[in-house]
Amino acid sequence: MAAATSKSYFWKGFRDGTPFVFVAVPFGLLFGVFATEAGLDIIQTMAFSATVFAGAAQFTALQLLQDNTPTVIVLISALAVNLRVAMYSASLTPYLGAAPLWQRALGAYLIVDQSYACSIVRFEKEPDMTVQQRMIYFVGSVTPITPLWILGTYLGAVLGTQIPESWALDFALPITFLSMIGPMMRTLAHVVAALVAIVVALLTVTVPFNLGLLIAGAAGMMAGAQAELMLERTKT
Amino acid sequence: MTAIDPITIWIIIVGLAIGSYLLRFTFIGLVGDRPMPPWLLRHLRYTAVAILPALIAPLVVWPTATEGQPDVSRMAAAAVALSVGVVTKNVLAAIFSGAATLYGLLYLLA
Repeated sequence: MAAATSKSYFWKGFRDGTPFVFVAVPFGLLFGVFATEAGLDIIQTMAFSATVFAGAAQFTALQLLQDNTPTVIVLISALAVNLRVAMYSASLTPYLGAAPLWQRALGAYLIVDQSYACSIVRFEKEPDMTVQQRMIYFVGSVTPITPLWILGTYLGAVLGTQIPESWALDFALPITFLSMIGPMMRTLAHVVAALVAIVVALLTVTVPFNLGLLIAGAAGMMAGAQAELMLERTKT
Repeated sequence: MTAIDPITIWIIIVGLAIGSYLLRFTFIGLVGDRPMPPWLLRHLRYTAVAILPALIAPLVVWPTATEGQPDVSRMAAAAVALSVGVVTKNVLAAIFSGAATLYGLLYLLA
């Protein structure tokens, strides 16, 4: 009986995660193309997608590499973009923190936007789930995504060199990111954070080593946090 | 576009692989059930919405493909992608309408 329930939670997760395939495949394709254009070979491109497993951070690193940014700054900036997975990890901890260490170590690798988004909704909706059921659900939610993300990257890398310049793929990255930013604007504080970050980024564009990105990111985060505090105060 | 040195690429890949894993593991693996300070969580909440626009803004205003000359098609595509994303909350719809705007205008203005 316990096995049957576990199995059904796996499939519940799988079902909830499936729509995100339509994000993971094109995004993987785009990364494959972009990496090939940047001069990465297929092994490097595949290793990138399979080990880092974080599209936004991967795109950031490639973009900065092309601007001849020092390696340390590339690493810090890309990890800063990926700080949100630390946030996800923190947010999942109350639900999964009691699982065995090996499961948490394995699960950590699978924390992405999609698995987090599915899981947190389900965990909040069903507070009676056991830790094991939650872990199984979490793994289920990311199961349709991971192989297709890697396959998408592969196809993009293979097709990438054949795509003509007139397709304006230089702008695929800005469009993809802007499209991701739109749905993130959930509260006024999010909008404030984004606007402050944009203004500071444009003002600091001449700062060497692309450090303007980190300055602007920090400014945006502080602005968002302050805006949240102020909004809470006016509410009460 | 200058070729990137393969050693640099591998340093970035390995560095990001380890770094990203540590970001994911730190809280769930090491913090466990201990609570975190609210000010930290409050700042972490805005990392993605701050860093991503900061990365994109200069690329929209001064695109690399046009050697830094502001470009109507790209600005319009950016505006459409962002607006559709805000309104529909749908990433794919935003990507497609942004791409359609870009191609439409590049074709019309060519």
